[in-house]
Amino acid sequence: MTAKNIFTRPKSLRDVPTHYCPGCGHGIVHSLICEVIDELNIREKTIGIAPVGCAVLAYDYWDFDVTEAAHGRPPAVATGIKRILPSNIVFTYQGDGDLAAIGTAETIHAANRGENITTIFVNNGIYGMTGGQMAPTTLLKQKTKTTPFGRDKIREGYPLKISEMLAVLDGVAYLERVSVHKPANVRAAKRAIKRAFKTQIEKKGFSMVEVISMCPVNWGTSCEGAIKWIEDNIIKYYPLGILRGDKS
Amino acid sequence: MTKKIRNPKSQIPKLKYTLMTGNEAIGEAAVAAGCRLYAGYPITPQNELTAYMSKRMVEEGRVFIQSESELAAINMVFGASVAGARAMTSSSSPGISLKQEGISYLAGCELPAVIVNIMRGGPGLGNIAPAQSDYFQATRGGGHGDYRTIALAPSSVEEAVELTRLAFDLADKYRGPVLVIGDGILGQMMEPVKNSKFEIRNSKLLPKPWALTGAKGRKPNIIRSLYLKPGALEEFNKKLQRKYEEIKEKETRFEEALTRDAELIIVAYGTTSRIAKAAAQNLRKKNKKAGLIRPITLWPFPDKAIKEVAKNAKAFLVVEMSNGQMVEDVELAAKGRRPVHFYGRSGGGVPTPEEIEKEALKVMSSWFVDKKPRTTN
Amino acid sequence: MQTTRIICAGFGGQGIMTLGKVLATLGMKNGKSVSWMPSYGAEVRGGTAHSMVIISDSDIPSPVIDKADICIVMNKPSLDKFESRVKKGGTIILNSSLIESSVKRKDINAVKVPATEIASSLGNIKVANIVALGALVSKTKIVSKNKAISLLKEFFAEKKALLELNKKAFNEGIRI
Repeated sequence: MTAKNIFTRPKSLRDVPTHYCPGCGHGIVHSLICEVIDELNIREKTIGIAPVGCAVLAYDYWDFDVTEAAHGRPPAVATGIKRILPSNIVFTYQGDGDLAAIGTAETIHAANRGENITTIFVNNGIYGMTGGQMAPTTLLKQKTKTTPFGRDKIREGYPLKISEMLAVLDGVAYLERVSVHKPANVRAAKRAIKRAFKTQIEKKGFSMVEVISMCPVNWGTSCEGAIKWIEDNIIKYYPLGILRGDKS
Repeated sequence: MTKKIRNPKSQIPKLKYTLMTGNEAIGEAAVAAGCRLYAGYPITPQNELTAYMSKRMVEEGRVFIQSESELAAINMVFGASVAGARAMTSSSSPGISLKQEGISYLAGCELPAVIVNIMRGGPGLGNIAPAQSDYFQATRGGGHGDYRTIALAPSSVEEAVELTRLAFDLADKYRGPVLVIGDGILGQMMEPVKNSKFEIRNSKLLPKPWALTGAKGRKPNIIRSLYLKPGALEEFNKKLQRKYEEIKEKETRFEEALTRDAELIIVAYGTTSRIAKAAAQNLRKKNKKAGLIRPITLWPFPDKAIKEVAKNAKAFLVVEMSNGQMVEDVELAAKGRRPVHFYGRSGGGVPTPEEIEKEALKVMSSWFVDKKPRTTN
Repeated sequence: MQTTRIICAGFGGQGIMTLGKVLATLGMKNGKSVSWMPSYGAEVRGGTAHSMVIISDSDIPSPVIDKADICIVMNKPSLDKFESRVKKGGTIILNSSLIESSVKRKDINAVKVPATEIASSLGNIKVANIVALGALVSKTKIVSKNKAISLLKEFFAEKKALLELNKKAFNEGIRI
């Protein structure tokens, strides 16, 4: 009997320990992206854009060309790269603060221009890197460093439904919200990420996957508690599913 | 998206000279320099440049983007530069303030780019009249962090063409953002430009092995300005400083006129320098020994030239369309050896040769009032 | 060494900017240093637009004109604005079709040209600016009549119909 290797590290993912906290979803999302890049055989033409936020060091983990971008500006940087290198695959990896607060204008306009790029939007409803402040997607009543009494709709307004906003734009070819809190969801997330990259390969326009992800450390809960928080609260406000594109 | 459209009408006509605005001339110079992406946002008095590029870049099958903001524009330029392309954005003062974030990142990531500032009056919304009040911003870095940007200041439409082309070369050579600094007059006035100034040069562009093009057959390239390991950022900043020292050594540019025996040296740049030159010539006709130093690079500042003329001159008169910014660099260079006087107009005021002459005569007449001869060191 | 400073002013749409550009191009073709400077932005919205043209034997220090040798004013607000900006002994050319009042100053030469009426009789009021150009060339001799006409030919090389109209307008202006 010879041992059969049925699971290996994706080639696009470097064999190094990450700096992410226990229970964090970033590692899962990184892996999914790398698996998809391997499966589509596009590692040698992929250019990633690492954000400002917890994933700022993504280029230490990904084994392909990566540039940093200022906070909120990845869609503009991606626009510049893709317009110069239209046959390369260009994607941005952005958190909720980056994509839906400081970079809202860049996000909406890149999507609306139908830039043929892919955005992976990791939504964990909190600013992780800076220590747990309110994000545009923090839920009502959720406590953070800057909403110590819970997010108040009068004081802080409502959690931003940025994907729903983007879904009405004609430049958007494909937009889906997924989650990585359970194995079945992880598998669905991978399918969505693959479809997003394929959308770009087929030159159909802007594609985005919003990934609901866990941040147990800054949510002040355990890994199990984080999964329950997503199940009971987040996906009730941010329902999973395809927001734009064929529902097949 | 990048289909080549040839429009024979907008080609440079086959005359020896073409009458062009500074804004258009800068645009055509960028096209000639091989600029492959231009992104911009409308703002007066540089609108003609954005409009010009919207036509010419598309005709050439290159990229033009009217961006959603100045922030987006500079970051599109950042992206094009990441991909190894020559790229440019332009704006006027308030818009240049918005671009500072991107300029700092370009400096930190060592990415070449050209940024044009057709200055208007400030602070705040100010007005749309010509000004030179962004000198500090252009020469002190402008954004956050310990960096400098080469700043080229043309004084005529034709020189704007030469310096825009030079800006692309220097940006590539030193891997960093380079500014072209004009004012509302330079941007909007028309002057003849020799057509040969736009000839495509066949010299090869510098290779950019650091650019992101996909990691095919090589290790992945990473572009970043983040240095978290203790000591790493200090090391990187020292590297930048060494680069800036080399730029100071090799790229300082200035023009001098009538300085050899001059007692009063007028220092002015851009549009103001033309007016100051006329004033110096008029003073010579009255047997007053005036000369002119015109910095062409605002950074690096020609401080050696100032030091040199300070040996024989009695004083400096700095003239700016601001309330006194470059005057500090002249003072630093003169190091107290000679008095430095200042005459400025701001908020859209443009000095006349007569005004400058009057100021110069005021300074020069004071020499005869106190009879004590000045000692030189 | 001679320098001529010219201000052209009028309504937006009267071809003021074009008039300035034609003048500057004339100077350029004559081997002179030239500059052209427009009024812009909010200034333009106020009802008058102007352009400043300098034609000189030597380098031009500033394209901004404080006192002009010649002023072409195509409407009343422009007369009000620029009468005081003409040098003593200078010339002001007025579009008398649209300006009923006369020049108050006695130390400048006033030339009245019914530019709009002439243009209208030629069938297109848009050539009023070229009528004024004709008057300018005839009164000031900054360039010869023939040179001016050859330039018009170049300007309208691709639009033959417009060339004939503009030549007529120019000749009417010369006759003033």
